[in-house]
Amino acid sequence: MMNVKDIEVGEGTAVSLQNHLERVWSWGGASSGLCHVYRPTTLEGVRGVFELAYANGRTVGLKGGGNSYGDAFTNSENVVLDLSRMTRILDWNPETGVVHVEPGVTIEKLWQYVLGDGWWPPVVTGTMKTTVGGCAGMNVHGKNGWQVGPIGDHILSFEMMLPSGEILLCSREENADVFHAAIGGFGMLGVFTGIILQMKRVYSGYLDVRTGAPANLGEMFSFFEENLDRSNYIVGWIDAFAKGDALGRGDAHLANYLPPGADPNPQESLSLDHQNIADTLFGLFPKSAMWMFMRPLMNNLGTSLVNTAKYYAGRMGNGKQYRQTHAAFHFLLDYVPQWKRSYGAGGLIQYQPFIPKENAREAFAEMLRTCQKHDLPNYLTVFKRHRPDDFLMSHGLDGYSLAMDFLITDGRRPTLAALAKELDAIVLAANGRFYFAKDSTLRPEVARAFLGAEAIEQFTALKARCDPDNLLQTDLWRRLFVE
Amino acid sequence: MLNRKRPLEPQPRAIVIGASSGIGAALTRKLVAEGYIVAALARRVEKLEMVCATANGAGPGHAIPYEHNVTDYETIPALFQSITRDLGGLDVIAYVAGMQPPVALNEYNFEKDEAMVKVNMLGAIAWLNEAAMRFERAEAGHILGVSSIAGDRGRVGSPVYNASKAGLNTYLEALRNRLSRHGVTVTTIKPGFVDTVLLENAPKTFWVVSTDEAAAQIYRALRWKLQTVYVPLRWALVGLVLHHIPSFVFRRLSF
Repeated sequence: MMNVKDIEVGEGTAVSLQNHLERVWSWGGASSGLCHVYRPTTLEGVRGVFELAYANGRTVGLKGGGNSYGDAFTNSENVVLDLSRMTRILDWNPETGVVHVEPGVTIEKLWQYVLGDGWWPPVVTGTMKTTVGGCAGMNVHGKNGWQVGPIGDHILSFEMMLPSGEILLCSREENADVFHAAIGGFGMLGVFTGIILQMKRVYSGYLDVRTGAPANLGEMFSFFEENLDRSNYIVGWIDAFAKGDALGRGDAHLANYLPPGADPNPQESLSLDHQNIADTLFGLFPKSAMWMFMRPLMNNLGTSLVNTAKYYAGRMGNGKQYRQTHAAFHFLLDYVPQWKRSYGAGGLIQYQPFIPKENAREAFAEMLRTCQKHDLPNYLTVFKRHRPDDFLMSHGLDGYSLAMDFLITDGRRPTLAALAKELDAIVLAANGRFYFAKDSTLRPEVARAFLGAEAIEQFTALKARCDPDNLLQTDLWRRLFVE
Repeated sequence: MLNRKRPLEPQPRAIVIGASSGIGAALTRKLVAEGYIVAALARRVEKLEMVCATANGAGPGHAIPYEHNVTDYETIPALFQSITRDLGGLDVIAYVAGMQPPVALNEYNFEKDEAMVKVNMLGAIAWLNEAAMRFERAEAGHILGVSSIAGDRGRVGSPVYNASKAGLNTYLEALRNRLSRHGVTVTTIKPGFVDTVLLENAPKTFWVVSTDEAAAQIYRALRWKLQTVYVPLRWALVGLVLHHIPSFVFRRLSF
């Protein structure tokens, strides 16, 4: 329906702003904000959103797939520029594996586009619903972080629109300072309008996978250290309920690319049909309904039983070797559609610290014990290895990360906030870092402590250059960086 | 910075219109004491600033004064937008502004009557319409209108005050019927005698409660998402009796 006021200028734009008011939920569903959401499809459209926001005295927050767990893409009472409709693949060279995409292209679209030519994105997230623009803004990592770094290490160059409407070309040679700050700069410097990435050559649609079942945290670390040099991917899962000698027990999966010639029929395994993640369990039960059956288990007792069962199932399959498709190995978070709904109305948050390898074992043990002491065990705990990178607002370091999912209820909010403070102290004491895509709990002083005053100063100076009116903001930015 | 939000520690936000004295001032203090961030609106800016200062001294929430005359209807949409932006959100809107000039038993004064309708009813409509549009989109929110037991029947002493409050009651009921299906709560507060300046014009009073007590009861209605609440509760009995007085009797009564 056309509203006459919509087409007037001046006051009419305020009305049009109201017609775009939507509740934007954090991915974990534990927080939300009312935002004026715009979903342009063209560069002109993006420019128009900046002009509209500027004319109405509102700030602009950028949103891609909306998979950040916390408030990284909500911009309460202001404009959210949702880029998920800018989904064109602008150029693809199957000889060199270089692809040029718009920011809203998802990892799903990307791998499906390049796989048939024998390529795979060098870094993928645990869900394929993330967008390349969002991945670059958060500088995401995969299960191969210690080998290939974050996605930023595979971005050759990008075009970025500043709030003024000007488009800046950035690479390691040109505007290198902006290049290293906008990647991982959580959308505070400009909008990626085109991103050029290098894909990774693969010779099969399969990965060789091997499992392990470490009986405690020490064994988990040994499993990683022993296999780092001879694996392409490793990921660990920890049963956060296990105590005492079994603290940190879990299972681990490592995977390797197949060398050329190892797959007798790569054409078939590289085809999309072959990579399809089944939407039924045992060919019968629709996975889309699974979260409803998980819902009653989402309490301390239920998840403790599930975690124990999962550990012993892992033990039984210990050392097993098999071949798995890329899609099935990487996108575990898509295995059960809508699984987050099993957490109920309060949603979940994730707390993911990164800790240098020499301090990690002790710090993670202390963190697991601290959660147990407060009777706030994390329901899903994922363990990964990383490497440092040269991006300004980086979470990367030569060490490990532990991603912990916490159930949120109104009663748990204050106790979890207090727990997060205790965990923050452990992380800072161990020289650890944090990751904005996952954050809901950090405080300004903790952000300052792990990033360092110098990095923040450099970043705000670049922001003043790229975005002098401070038009780009999110709830996370105001929470952590605005005095 | 008011619009800073912490995902695990949400701070509720409220607008109180008519916050410089009486129930509005007490409600502002109560909401701040309960941790709300409150935009407090009133015409008399000096009194309003004092209310906010007192409330902020007690914490843990925060009140910000906004000078506003509810009869400046055309300014309301833009003011509503800038307040929600300043606050970083909105959970509750309370329309408390009201006036009751003294009216003699044989007095028909259009100036006084018009002022009552403008402040008691039209101001409420102008403000709560804005909130209704927003809360319907948000699928959440609480609209609270402070009406009066005086809106339950038309009496010899105050025809237009009664009519303005009756209009407010009906408007709030209609809002409730429109919005409850969208997850929005609409509460009609019907105070009896509350210790405010409005009592100066009342001939005889009884069961008088303090403004703080009234605010505490209104806050309870907020917490429990109640629909129509008499303050204090025993006025519900009066309301029940009042509703059932037949006209041939009511015509002969002198209150």
